[in-house]
Amino acid sequence: MDTLLNISSTMLLVAFILYLLATFFFGATIRDKRNKSKESKAGTIGITITIIGFLAQTVYFITRWIASGHVPVSNMFEFVTFFGMSIVLGFIILYFIYKMSVLGVFALPIALIVIAYASMFPTEVSPLVPSLQSYWLYIHVTTVSIGEAILSISFVVGLIYLVRTIDQTKSSKRTTWLEIVLFSLLIFIGFSLISVIFNVTGYSAQFEYTANNVTMTTEYQLPAIVSPYEGVLITDGVMQPWFDAPSWMHGADAGRKFNTLIWSVFVGLALYGLLRLVLRKRIGAAIQPKLMKTKPDLLDEISYRAIAIGFPVFTLGGIIFASIWAQEAWGRFWGWDPKEVWALVTFFFYAAFLHLRLSRGWHGEKSAWLAVGGFAIIMFNLIAVNLVLAGLHSYA
Amino acid sequence: MNKIKCECGHVNHEGTVLCEACGKPIEGNQHIDGNDKTRLLNMRYDGSARRSQTYKKSIIDKIWNFFSSVKVGVWLIVLTLVASAMGTIFPQEQWIPANAVSRDPAIYYESTYGIFGQIYYQLGFYDLYSSWWYLLLVALIGISLVICSIDRFVPLYKALKNQKAKRHETFLSRQRLYSESDNVSKEEKQQIIKSLKKQRYSVRDENGHILAEKGRFSRWGPYVNHIGLIIVLIAAVLRMTTPMYIDEYMWIREGERTVIPGTNGEYYAKNKDFILETYDKDNQRFEEAIKKEGVVAKNFETELVIYKDQTSATGAEPKLEKLKEGSTRLNHPMKFDGYALYQAGYQSNEFSSMSFKVHETDDPNETAIGSITIDLTSPKSEYKLDNGLRVVIDQYFPDYYLDNGEPRSKSKYPKNPAFVFFIYPPNSDDPEVSFVGIRKNIDATGENEYKLGLQDFEMRDVSGIMVIRDYTLPLFFLGGVIFMIGVIQGMYWHHRRIWINPKNGKLLLAAHTNKNWHGVKTDIEKAIANTNVNMVKDQQELPG
Ligand code: HEM
Repeated sequence: MDTLLNISSTMLLVAFILYLLATFFFGATIRDKRNKSKESKAGTIGITITIIGFLAQTVYFITRWIASGHVPVSNMFEFVTFFGMSIVLGFIILYFIYKMSVLGVFALPIALIVIAYASMFPTEVSPLVPSLQSYWLYIHVTTVSIGEAILSISFVVGLIYLVRTIDQTKSSKRTTWLEIVLFSLLIFIGFSLISVIFNVTGYSAQFEYTANNVTMTTEYQLPAIVSPYEGVLITDGVMQPWFDAPSWMHGADAGRKFNTLIWSVFVGLALYGLLRLVLRKRIGAAIQPKLMKTKPDLLDEISYRAIAIGFPVFTLGGIIFASIWAQEAWGRFWGWDPKEVWALVTFFFYAAFLHLRLSRGWHGEKSAWLAVGGFAIIMFNLIAVNLVLAGLHSYA
Repeated sequence: MNKIKCECGHVNHEGTVLCEACGKPIEGNQHIDGNDKTRLLNMRYDGSARRSQTYKKSIIDKIWNFFSSVKVGVWLIVLTLVASAMGTIFPQEQWIPANAVSRDPAIYYESTYGIFGQIYYQLGFYDLYSSWWYLLLVALIGISLVICSIDRFVPLYKALKNQKAKRHETFLSRQRLYSESDNVSKEEKQQIIKSLKKQRYSVRDENGHILAEKGRFSRWGPYVNHIGLIIVLIAAVLRMTTPMYIDEYMWIREGERTVIPGTNGEYYAKNKDFILETYDKDNQRFEEAIKKEGVVAKNFETELVIYKDQTSATGAEPKLEKLKEGSTRLNHPMKFDGYALYQAGYQSNEFSSMSFKVHETDDPNETAIGSITIDLTSPKSEYKLDNGLRVVIDQYFPDYYLDNGEPRSKSKYPKNPAFVFFIYPPNSDDPEVSFVGIRKNIDATGENEYKLGLQDFEMRDVSGIMVIRDYTLPLFFLGGVIFMIGVIQGMYWHHRRIWINPKNGKLLLAAHTNKNWHGVKTDIEKAIANTNVNMVKDQQELPG
């Protein structure tokens, strides 16, 4: 059992490293200005490494499946890891349709960020509670994840489009928003960085607090900037919290999650500041010259195609399979649980997108912004709904 | 109707933008699709005449036009999206947690979320998804879907059916992909046709004018998926307004047999056993997780026997016949005759029987003189002991609590049973009074000769079972399947057309697709390889 789990986690690490390596090869394709054949060579190596990485991650998936006895999509770590794997899959599919290497330079780092984020959740194999013991769960979760991942590729390409085309000669609302999007990605990196650092040092601070008339304790792995609402610090010799979480943050461990969020934003800000200092210009402006070879038309079409491919998959998994499972589990196929509602919001959003695409003015930049918006909704559903809005689906 | 005759001889409907046969822009109608302002033609509906773009006078026209506008449709979708999201800011009424301050929304929202909660409550957002305005939004989307689809489907269908391979020169040159070539030989042309056929285009050749087309059926995808959506909406209306949907809940005790609610007394269920399993602490696989999380439930299950009443007359004494034996557990409902029983809850804190012994108060060994067993489902009023002693139940509180010093029962379920006993010593009519409950034994006068002591008890579980019968499910499913077929049809196949027309010794090549421009370009590249035909130019380069 243990050896199997060891193989599993090793393979995940191998996949992670290979994706990282592949990113550099794809990076080489945009750096090299002169030689077209060199470019395609680096691209071929890049995609080959990506596929090997994907296979390694598949081995992770299967061995963990065997070791735990259930499909590994049943807690936050497993689900988010699988989501990262799906993004790689989505990238591979679109790479083979469009052969665009620059996709890899953006898609793989985002998959890496997602996998790193996943590994911050508890990683041990957990038993399945009765409500998750249904093969519909696996069908539903995996399909949703793949659908969302393909939709995320549309964000990746939309982002490339925006970095490529937005006028960086002067500061404007658009350049600011673009920086905000790039900064948001840094928050995830910040989260992973800070978690690793304090994990290594073994930091721990405990709080006692009352929620719904029950006294609970919660363990912070990061120094407490914010304590749970009316929480009392019971560990000695650690940093005193600066303030209390507001009273409406009352979910289990809400204070700790809020604290982690604050840290992530801080570290993200620090990273952003550092980058700005080094680059001496907006991040968007720094990347833009590298992208001048790519054609906006093609980017626009790839972003749209990703949605065209991802939308049916998402609908099948997120709405139809979800309903079938809900019917089997709860006797009602739709219950307006926050997670369900946000799947519906995602569905409506992309439906609106597809209808807007019918008219001419919505191609190009507007489309790209919408793709960013769609990704924001997916991330909200993945992270915030689980952590903030309480519901049936709360894994973590 | 003002039919419009094109120079190619085709007679078009009023409001046509591009001639149905040859595609020549029809003068005076170009503003309809915005072609007057752009170089490229708007090909969305092949320039066919749509009712909404043609008639604008009567009130019916106006309503029609309103609902067939995609802009309106998008607005409706976006409004529904925003409304849906707002419903998740705070929990909906049915999701108010069981351990909340109060499950009364009037109290819950304000006390939990303060002023925002109060506003949320007063706006009615606590039950947003069944509010009249939310339903209205959904209904408007439905109407819009129907009208919009009819408005476009018929003309688009006709335009694609009537199209000729020979196209007007302006039509071709104003396509997004276009090129002109000189000196193209007959053989080269044949080669191109052959290649296109090999790429599974159906090729029409009208006097040397060529139309190669593939994937036309994908154009019907949106209409198919809209039909699927409409079926889903119809199913939703049926579910709300007709008795096709039954949703009941029952609590059923172990060993008990009761009528299943919602079945008109036709079916009965007996709870044989309720099973609750947890994961073994020593389970190697999950050792670590269980250490962290504590006890983890593994299974909730109720073993049931279903009976059917064989009497046809209502009111008659039921004659039950066993129909099915099985179990319902989470994720695995038990189904019979269109009904489904779901394991939805349980309680394990009910007593089914209690035994007491009687002993003399001053006996230090508390030796039993006799004992009684009370079946809490049907307690007798009097129990006689062998030695002539009688125990009478004067009062019984199944779910005892003290209300300002007064003993009362919270419910009729034996969760915390307590009794006021009268003990009649042998040959006496003068009872001793004692109050006995769980960890309580009160002698009112302090002079009692006999005392009752709790000896033993049995507890039993109560299963919460949801009873569902939903005849609308097949309709929802059908709608879902049709929707999926429609989207896949529209998204995974693409309508591509390539025109090759000779004009004044030149060869004009143009192409259009509704989605996959990259794909059609690749197709053309393949087809014209090794010929004199020039590759098409993409005339729509986006700025950047
Ligand atoms: C939530 C509701 C809706 C969903 C899920 C939906 C879904 C879709 C999808 C997937 C397409 C295909 C898009 C493409 O191929 O690019 C489509 C096309 C279309 N939809 Fe909807 N739709 C909805 C509501 C509406 C409404 C309310 C209208 C009316 C204004 C509408 C009008 C259209 C039109 C005109 C098309 C294009 C048809 C064509 O290209 O031939 N849709 N719809």
